[in-house]
Amino acid sequence: MSINSNLLERHDSLEPTGREEKWRFTPLKRLGGLHLNATEVRSNTSTIFSGPSEGFSVRVVPASEVSPRSQSDDVIVARVRETVRDCTLVEVNRDAQVKDPIMLSRKNLGSAEFSRTVVVAKSHSQATIIIESFGSAILGEEIEILLEPGAKLDFISLQEWENDAIHLGRHHAILGKDSEFNSVTISVGGSLVRLLPSVEYDGPGGSANLLGVYFATSGQHLEHRVFIDHNVGHAKSRVNYKGALAGEDARTVWFGDVYIRKEAEGTDTYEMNRNLLLTDGARADSVPNLEIETGKIAGAGHASTTGRFDEEHLFYLMSRGIAEDDARRLVIRGFFAEVINEIPVEGIRDRLMKRIDDELVRVGR
Amino acid sequence: MTKLVIKDLKVGVETDSGMTEILKGVDLTVNSGETHAIMGPNGSGKSTLAYSIAGHPKYTILGGSVTLDGADILDMSVDERAKAGLFLAMQYPVEVPGVSVANFLRTAATAIRGEAPKLREWVGEMKNAMSSLNIDPAFGERSVNEGFSGGEKKRHEILQLELLRPKIAILDETDSGLDIDALRIVSEGVNRVREASDVGVLLITHYTRILKYIKPDFVHVFAKGRIVEEGGPELAEKLEEKGYADYVNA
Repeated sequence: MSINSNLLERHDSLEPTGREEKWRFTPLKRLGGLHLNATEVRSNTSTIFSGPSEGFSVRVVPASEVSPRSQSDDVIVARVRETVRDCTLVEVNRDAQVKDPIMLSRKNLGSAEFSRTVVVAKSHSQATIIIESFGSAILGEEIEILLEPGAKLDFISLQEWENDAIHLGRHHAILGKDSEFNSVTISVGGSLVRLLPSVEYDGPGGSANLLGVYFATSGQHLEHRVFIDHNVGHAKSRVNYKGALAGEDARTVWFGDVYIRKEAEGTDTYEMNRNLLLTDGARADSVPNLEIETGKIAGAGHASTTGRFDEEHLFYLMSRGIAEDDARRLVIRGFFAEVINEIPVEGIRDRLMKRIDDELVRVGR
Repeated sequence: MTKLVIKDLKVGVETDSGMTEILKGVDLTVNSGETHAIMGPNGSGKSTLAYSIAGHPKYTILGGSVTLDGADILDMSVDERAKAGLFLAMQYPVEVPGVSVANFLRTAATAIRGEAPKLREWVGEMKNAMSSLNIDPAFGERSVNEGFSGGEKKRHEILQLELLRPKIAILDETDSGLDIDALRIVSEGVNRVREASDVGVLLITHYTRILKYIKPDFVHVFAKGRIVEEGGPELAEKLEEKGYADYVNA
């Protein structure tokens, strides 16, 4: 690990004060104390699975059996690892082709909870895993996702919490040789959601595609900090997050850190974040960040835009007889469509579009 | 029989130095079945006329009236104007990312007709209209105007004209940026609509070449925010020879 990297230096392990680069956009008062060592948080495995399991297994195992596979200096991750006794382990069998999505869900966690989930997609397996979250919660979690050589995994996390929920999580994938990881992170609920979707590689030929959709309304803080560590050569990454904001104090933060190490020759990466401000009083921060230590790459780039709703779009649609509300909805759906159309599960696409429509009606846009 | 009546229309835009008047009293009546060409140099206010009739929020009505069969157009929202029977083919059609042409056309047709067209008939109707405009059927899946060439955008505007069948169509520099083949295809589309319906057309153009394909009944010369001369098709020929210099320097 390079000592000189600014990106890595940022991940220090001290209890945050709010002045740290990685915490300065986050309202610490709203974390339910999860970041403070003095706060007692119980270990739990509220994430449940039901239904038949062919080609895979979901088990609760002692945490000692699945020790962490990755390094992190995030304070929440450190506390989660110290606290958690039992761990949810999802294993997709070698060579298995699991057709139906593996649905994991959690709802209304009674008290503050730390949890760990480990997903292992064994060699040359193919599967889709969906983790959905509803109701109220104060949750700190780590999900580690290991893709063995040749595995293909679609991983969808849905944050559809009630508006009082607090959710701090790290979703970290380690991509084996020639594996393919497609993730979709959807955050529409919660009072404060702060997720760290991250990727590292364990062999060449890995391909990561990280999509994100978020929609913050009044009082919501939705934060996504993507980190792609190109630590091996000839791997690929794509990041595309789209967010909309509406209402007073709706707040989103997006960081996209891509680190291309010296040994990561032939890297191909592109990351993008677009934000759509639907009303006054909302604020979106968008910070793409590319650090490159080798010139021998296939491609690297990023784009970030934050803009207001374009009244010209509205005029064009309305000039064809489409009423203002319908026109606005068409444009906003259109904004998200590029990402939503790529979600590999139809039911989730429809559910998300409906949720976005509902949010628009709720905020009167 | 439809009548669009524009009376003493004065329109301005807000600029850094305050409200600037662009239209300085326009009088014009367009009846069903008539085709009026409005010709004039750049910056004369032709497009302002088109956009203010359609209701673009950038323009402020400073005086006068626009009525469609007696109903006050200026009092209507943009979509209400379209539902009342107005259509504006834009010079610079807007790109709407993520909204497919097929979805857009069907939503618009549903709004204009007051009910969703029956799916089977609609598919046929769209297919025919697209094929006569030389539009690839795969077009339906693309986002509205996104990545379209200049010619594709204009053909897409005329496709909407054919499908939405307005009472009055305003074509704002539909000929600009078209090569000769595209101009012919687009003009044929307009002529089809003129033959098939009783549409009144307000054809705004800088050049006379489109008038070779779409024959106007009346020609109005526009300069400095008002109509300065009116006549029949022969007026266009005079403009072809002499240009706008006389009007601009008048």
